[in-house]
Amino acid sequence: MTDISRLHRELVARVLDSDATASRELRRAASDNAGLDEPIRTLVEKVADRSYTVTDEDVAAVRASGLSEDQIFELIVCAAVGAADRQYDSATAALVEATGGGQ
Amino acid sequence: MRLEVLDRGHGLPAKALFAVIRLMTRQPVVDAVKLAFYRKDFYGAGPLTNEAMRGPSQWSVGDRELMAAFVADANRCPFCVAAHSATSGQWYGDHAKVADTLADLDSAPIEEPLRATLRMLGKLAREHSVDAEDMRAVLETGVTPAQIEDALAVSLAFNITARLANAFDFDLASPDAMAAGAKHLLKRGYR
Repeated sequence: MTDISRLHRELVARVLDSDATASRELRRAASDNAGLDEPIRTLVEKVADRSYTVTDEDVAAVRASGLSEDQIFELIVCAAVGAADRQYDSATAALVEATGGGQ
Repeated sequence: MRLEVLDRGHGLPAKALFAVIRLMTRQPVVDAVKLAFYRKDFYGAGPLTNEAMRGPSQWSVGDRELMAAFVADANRCPFCVAAHSATSGQWYGDHAKVADTLADLDSAPIEEPLRATLRMLGKLAREHSVDAEDMRAVLETGVTPAQIEDALAVSLAFNITARLANAFDFDLASPDAMAAGAKHLLKRGYR
């Protein structure tokens, strides 16, 4: 499990803090699914909460707003990683509670 | 694929690798591979996924592939369901067991510890959270806390991957291409 924790931490650090084409501020907002303006807001919200509803039009609207394909790629990845992180945190906290705070 | 860069934006080494894959498997390169090899310095989740799916664990590889398929199903991701059903079914040598589990968890021909774990993972994927009571229900079937941690690592990897497959609109490849991919995943893992 230490390997998983390290690899998980490294993934989050890469997508949020490495040099990329979207600003760190925007990547952080996509990861948090908060503080975004349309049309990226709808796309990120769908990726986080119901990814199966994302449409070609959602992506086209973000492209038309001036973001490049690489920026869209990065923001979708941040949205997916952030949302999965919150699920993971919820589950690990529940496990700690169920096992009385430790193993 | 909704982004053209994921189809055609790879560097020369990846393009060369794709040509080899097409030649060796006589199948098109599946979209999951295109994502895995796009800007690995940025996303590059292969090592995390590989550790969750192939690292040391009391769960078998087949069990973990079934968890991946189950989490993908809860995320309504047809590509990932097909890919990991094929891989789990190949490992077990029993595709019906996988199909039955996805069709009806309660009556599926699997052990109770795995059933309870899948139930918790499904709730986590659908409702985005679980509580201590959900965990106790898993622990009561004899699953250890370490096994739950291992299952949560699988679900972390596939709650990310399924979202990306849906958002980028991965094409569902032919059954032959999926079977070739499953064979590769069992032989080489996710790195």
